Amino acid sequence: MKDILRSLVDILGERGVSNAAEELWFYARDPGVLEAHFPDYVVAPETTEQVRQVVRLANEEKIPIVPMGNGMALTGLVIPLKGGIVMDMKRMNRILEVNEKARYAVVEGGTSQGALKAYLQDHHPQLRHSLPDAPPTTTIAANVSLHGQGRLTQQYGFNSDMVTGLEVVLPTGEVCKIGSPSLGPYWFSKGPTLPDLSGLFLGWLGTTGIFTKVGLKLYPNKKIRDVEIFVTDRVDLVPDIIYKLTHLEMLEDINAWFQPRPLMFKDNYHITMYFTGDTEEEVEFKRKMIWDSLEEFIVAKDGGFMGVGYMKPMLLEMPQRGIAAFADVPRGGGFEYSGPITLIEHYPDYALKVMELAEKYEVIYSSAARVVSGGHSMMFSISFAFNRADAAMMERVKKALDEATEFALEKGGIPWKPNYKEQRMTLEKLDPNTLKLLQMVKRNLDPNGIMNPGNWEVS
Amino acid sequence: MYALKFEKEICATCPSPDCLLKCQYMEFDKDEAHQEMMKLVNGEDSRVLTECVTCYACEEYCRRGNHPYYLIGERREEKGILTAPRAITNQWINMTAMQGKQMVGEVQDTALSSCLIPELGMLGSGKLFEDVAQAITFGAEFMCPAVHTHFAKMSVVKERLPKVIDHFRQLGVEKVICLHDECYGTYTSIAPAFGIEVPFTPIYYMDFLLEKLNEMKDQITPLNIRAAYQRPCSNRLIPQKHRLVREIMDLIGVELPDRTYQDENSLCCAEILRAVSGYRLANDVQQRNIDDMVECGASYCVFNCPACQSTLSEKVAKRGLTPVHIIDLCKAAIGEKELEVTA
Repeated sequence: MKDILRSLVDILGERGVSNAAEELWFYARDPGVLEAHFPDYVVAPETTEQVRQVVRLANEEKIPIVPMGNGMALTGLVIPLKGGIVMDMKRMNRILEVNEKARYAVVEGGTSQGALKAYLQDHHPQLRHSLPDAPPTTTIAANVSLHGQGRLTQQYGFNSDMVTGLEVVLPTGEVCKIGSPSLGPYWFSKGPTLPDLSGLFLGWLGTTGIFTKVGLKLYPNKKIRDVEIFVTDRVDLVPDIIYKLTHLEMLEDINAWFQPRPLMFKDNYHITMYFTGDTEEEVEFKRKMIWDSLEEFIVAKDGGFMGVGYMKPMLLEMPQRGIAAFADVPRGGGFEYSGPITLIEHYPDYALKVMELAEKYEVIYSSAARVVSGGHSMMFSISFAFNRADAAMMERVKKALDEATEFALEKGGIPWKPNYKEQRMTLEKLDPNTLKLLQMVKRNLDPNGIMNPGNWEVS
Repeated sequence: MYALKFEKEICATCPSPDCLLKCQYMEFDKDEAHQEMMKLVNGEDSRVLTECVTCYACEEYCRRGNHPYYLIGERREEKGILTAPRAITNQWINMTAMQGKQMVGEVQDTALSSCLIPELGMLGSGKLFEDVAQAITFGAEFMCPAVHTHFAKMSVVKERLPKVIDHFRQLGVEKVICLHDECYGTYTSIAPAFGIEVPFTPIYYMDFLLEKLNEMKDQITPLNIRAAYQRPCSNRLIPQKHRLVREIMDLIGVELPDRTYQDENSLCCAEILRAVSGYRLANDVQQRNIDDMVECGASYCVFNCPACQSTLSEKVAKRGLTPVHIIDLCKAAIGEKELEVTA
């Protein structure tokens, strides 16, 4: 039996390894409601080679290893359920390349969303990436690995659809390039026209490998952004309203949301739409198209545009900080959500379910759904706030979220970034042959089951 | 329940139905204007009930004090005719609901009312307000509910106004200085129109300003600027006070060049028009209004109402006009504030 700590120090140096109690305490938990599990070691690599050596060591010694970005998924995806090594990727934070004309960036596996945003603002102001509404310290690699969404998801799909190539350290220690970088120096395609191997890693929540580099599509950064909010008191109309809006093919982002507080939002459903332009004329043309598209609802008095003047600076913030405010409604600053991906036509059923769960479990709710890829689906968040100092409230939130996931699965939805319990529920419902295929992939890639064990346990 | 004091005979015998004839958003000839008004008076259907954009101006156009605007609101509500979509109407009702979150300063015999508009608290400060700034009141508990007339929710006005008045009564105030035209209009026009007693003396802030500026005359340095004044809808409830704008401007050296849309012909900021009538009318009104401001050679757009200011500031600034509230102009004239200039 090797001295694991000594071996890790040999690979990473003293400053890259810790098993100090206070560090382990921190890496044992995330901000959500799930219980803590302590790791045995925490490592923070700076190079792909260090990642490779640590993974090889873990595989040899059959030690669990959990790759971690900023640990903000809220669903316990980086809680080391079976102990072992937590690999904090944040020191691998370099932006390696931006190809202005081909509109892609290549970043290291711990690069934060905020770092890329700032870099593009400073060096490539004509470009942007699909920034999620998460703290800017969250990482790009973690976001794509869990099929995250962002500001451009309505137009271009999940952020994972925007990946243009990967460098992955496999559980057996090989460094593998996926997509066009496997053939040459360019990072413009994660798959086509090769077999798309990115599917072996994207959505696997770090259970099939560790991303050390990510290529990511960038998009035009228009000079002006603007926002309108359409409000209706008829939840049954929300899918039709979104259908009309997505038909325009000119909106950056569409979010449908409702919440009981503050009082001005009570009993209404709000559809926030963002649009952009390089000139006032372009923006005003789009505004006109938006208003015209919803005229029938306005004429019928079923909905209208609310004044957004004083809210505009907050609405145009990227990322938005409103979630943090919601988390502190019951004091104690906690919130967690279930965010199934589902059909937009199911919006009314989900909305009613949120309110039913909130009443049943006596918790504070809010919900924000993001339209995905021009209306092919939406992420419907069922969010509950809780006080971290109130264990009973946290337990009620857990139960409410479990029930929300059951409901989503019954409705044919797909849980997004599910916690380990929700993953089990999902796998139980999965087509047996699909499950078998997942097992084949997992066993072949991770024969010793060291990668983020407890998650996507298909065996 | 309070009821609108409306005299049928006054309208029946009206020689010139200016209330509708002068309307800038609906077209009538004299006969039709009279007929439509009488339909309203008699509780019959009228196109006014679906076409009125709630600009308040008919309250000013009616020289006989018979409150046509309040009548339109009453009739709409009776017939269940909404001006804006339900969701928008209810949003306004909800966001102005009393929730016990009011803020009250050191109030003795006088209160300085900032309604439910945070910007008014900042404006009601400095040398001009040094005697009363500490007596500020803010919150839905002290908010005039006139805005609900835009949504033909007269029942909300009648339900909430007595409570607001009672909150001031509980403070034991003799005078309430109103920083918002809507408040002064509510206490001096809406309340008496519905037979609601006001147990304090409402003071219009421009009267207060004029008095202070006269006291501080030696400290005034004329600003020597040309400005276009954006008259708010609620000033139509108190047309007798409109002259004060020009008096104050004269005192601080601000020229108000003649323009098409001024005084009785003023155009509204159009924020409410947007909710009630849609963006086309709102855009058209704003476009004409700002074109007119530019054409008259103004370099500043002077606001009275913070809501108008919030709606139009960005738009006028894009056309080269500097947006400024009238109180800030006064503060600039006495050297308390720097006059901003739009780049």
